[in-house]
Parts: sequence; structure tokens; C-alpha cells
Amino acid sequence: MKTYRNKKKHLPTKYVLLIMTAVCVSAIFLSLTLNLSGGPLNSIAGYVFVPMQKGINDAGIWLSDKANDFQTLGEVLEENKKLQARVDELTAKLTETKLERYELDTYRELLALDEKYADYEKITANVIAKDSGNWFSTFTIDRGSRDGIQKGMNVIAGSGLVGIVTDVGPNYAKVRSIINDTSNVSAMVANTQDNLNVSGNLLTMNRSGVITFSELKDKEDQVKVGDEIVTSYVSDQYQQGILIGYITSIENNSNNLTKSGTITPVVDFEHLQVVLVITDLKETGEEDLESKDASETASQQ
Amino acid sequence: MLRKICLFFIITICFLLQTTVFQALSLAEIAPNLLIIAVSSFGFMRGKKEGMFVGFFCGLLIDIFFGFYLGVYALIYMYIGYINGIFQKRFYPDDMKLPMLLIGASDIISNLVVYFFLFLFRSRFRFWDYLRTIILPEFVYTMVITIFLYFILLKVNQALEAHEKRRAKKFDV
Repeated sequence: MKTYRNKKKHLPTKYVLLIMTAVCVSAIFLSLTLNLSGGPLNSIAGYVFVPMQKGINDAGIWLSDKANDFQTLGEVLEENKKLQARVDELTAKLTETKLERYELDTYRELLALDEKYADYEKITANVIAKDSGNWFSTFTIDRGSRDGIQKGMNVIAGSGLVGIVTDVGPNYAKVRSIINDTSNVSAMVANTQDNLNVSGNLLTMNRSGVITFSELKDKEDQVKVGDEIVTSYVSDQYQQGILIGYITSIENNSNNLTKSGTITPVVDFEHLQVVLVITDLKETGEEDLESKDASETASQQ
Repeated sequence: MLRKICLFFIITICFLLQTTVFQALSLAEIAPNLLIIAVSSFGFMRGKKEGMFVGFFCGLLIDIFFGFYLGVYALIYMYIGYINGIFQKRFYPDDMKLPMLLIGASDIISNLVVYFFLFLFRSRFRFWDYLRTIILPEFVYTMVITIFLYFILLKVNQALEAHEKRRAKKFDV
């Protein structure tokens, strides 16, 4: 054993550790500054692990389906699913119509609005794995750049916003959900169109299933508990008018100018299986800026 | 070579289980950390070098699929593996106390590092709340899983070592 080992000359482990540390640190800085993702690493890891994760998930879904069959509740569950889908559909429609009405009321005389909530192109995808740690809420889906997924696409489920694609591999994509502690979404109250900032919060989410919002300017106290929160037109990452959730509490900030509080998201993040990816990216070109200016002057008047 | 293949499969299986099955089996939205068990175990069973490499690859996997900056988890897990390797001299397979202690400490320390760099730096100061809702529950759940997983890893490692000894003897003759 000894003689066999001594034939090879090994670099002392200390130096290997130093070299690897340097590699890691430079990788962190590279991805920080250049916003690079894994590149070839993504492809290799994608081809090796994604099929296995898919397999495990399919097996899991099959098993849970079988378990459901054994229960006499099978039919009820089926019906429940259909009804749930119907509820989702109707909620989405309701938000849409509500939004459209408010928009109409405000802008009718000022602007001839184009179709705002045109049907976005969507792709369905399955959730195949969730973040290994307990700190962040990210997950991977089984569609990647081969299916036309790009960084920055919005992900929804049922009638609500789930998150945004932050990285793509050839056959998978990484999604950061809106309940993630680092997530920030520019949103607005659907009926008063006041802008606010929705940020994910690990502690409140774990404790009571809510996320926080802040910087709501609402001098006349028009915003109430139960109001709908949708993504805002000022957001440069999220498409406008996607339902996020409902306000569950409002507090006055100590500066007496802004309010903050909590929102219950409409999406059940615990049991996400199928999501929809909106393949239209938010356009932030000239045209969009113009319409933004127009609507901003409109809201000031 | 056989060891490398086995390590690859162990890392793969732990990663897959952790990201799929155990996420579904999570209690109060807390899942156990199987990868830290593997990294720590191979650290104190096999020494600094192997612990370091197992840690690096486990961390890299997390970075690729879930991290935001490539290399953060690779760095943390690599050091966890390396530090566990220092305790190789004190490791006896029959003694359960040291492995439990090291794996538990590794889990808590890795979570503290994550909290410190990725939460405290974004001015999330409520340390005790994070300790209570995230770090301690994960520690407890991980320790329960350790009792089963550690013995599997120990047996795999012993089988590998026996195989390597037989091969080394062949070379000597």
C-alpha cells in the first residue's frame, strides 16, 4: 500500500485547498460582475441530473395518484381539481375584468388603450426539483432553452404569479419564486393603482404564509385589507396585471408617508407541480417608455 | 476508480433525494440536509482531501441548480469537508458520538455561514428568529436522518476500503 502510494507525487492538500478557494472566489466574482451563469456546466449537469429528477418526480406523482385511487375520495378529488381549475380561471378573469374596468374609468378620455391584457403566449412546465436548503425558495422546471425559455420570463400557476426565470440550461430552467427572501416585485393595488413594492420574506412566510410589501403611498386611506395586488406597469421584469395576492394587514410606517404590511399570495407554493411560463418578455424599449410616460402623466392629473 | 464512481453515485443519490423526495417529506417547510451528511462523513472517514473534493462537487451541484452566484456553496461545502478531514485521526468506526457531533456541527455551521453572508448582509437582523425557525429544525431533522444514512455511508466506505486493500496486495505481489 505504502510503496504504491509513494510512487505518485501528490500536491499537499493545503495547496489544493488554496487553489480551489481561488477558483471558487474568482467564479463568484465572475458571476457577480459579468452576470455569467454556468455555461457548459449547466449543460452537463442538466443532461446528467434532470432526467433522473424527472423520473423520481414521475414516480412520485404516479405513487400519489395510486394512493389517491385507493381512497374512495378519488372521484371527489377529480371533481375538486376541475373546480379548482375553474376557480383559478374565474379568478383570473375577474382580476382581468376588474383591472380593465379601472383602467377604462381612469383613461377613457385620455388614451385609446391598446389591448393591455392580451393573451400572453405560455408554455406549461413541470416542477422537477426544489432548492436543497431551507433558506431560499427556488426551483427548477423541466423546460429549458431548447423549448424557448429565456432568462427573465415570468412564471405563473393557476391565476397567480409564481416567479421569474433566473437561469436556463438546455433542458431545465431555474425559477426564483416571489416568496424567495431576495425577490422584489414592483406591484400595484388593483383598484387604486397605487404602486408598492412586494418582497419575499422567509420568516413571515414560514410563520404565517404571508410575504411583505412596503412603500405604499396612500394618503387618503383608500387601500383596505383584502385588496388585490397585481404586478405593476412600472416593473421592468414582470408583465403587467398578473395577480400576486391579497392584502392581509396594513401598517403605517414611522415616517407617516408610506405604508407597509403583508400579502397572502394566491399560489400554493408548497404544492407546486405544474407552472406556466409566459414566453413574452417584458418590453422596455422606447415604445414602452412612451406609454409609461403617458400613463404616468395621466395618473398625476 | 471504483471509489470515484461510488462517490459520484452517492453524491447523485443524496442530491436527488434531497431536492425531490425530501422536499415533499418536509416537516413545517424544513427539509433535512443529506449532502452535508455525505460531505462531513467522507471528510472524517477519509481525510481532508477527499472531504474537500466531495464538498466541492456537492456545493457546485447546488450552485448550478439553485444558487445565484456560482461558487458560493462550493466554497462553503469544500471547507466543511476539509475541516471534517482534520478529525480523521480521532475517528473510530464503532464510536457513534464523534460522527454525530461532527455532522451536527457541520450542519449548524454551514447554515450560520449562509445566514451571515446571504441574510445578515442584506440587513435581516433577527438572528434568533432564523435560528429558531430554520437552523434548529433543520439540525434536528438532519440528525434523525444521519442515524440511517451514516451507517449506509460507513458500510459503503468499509467495502471500498476492503476492495482497495485487496487490489493493493495484488500490486505488491
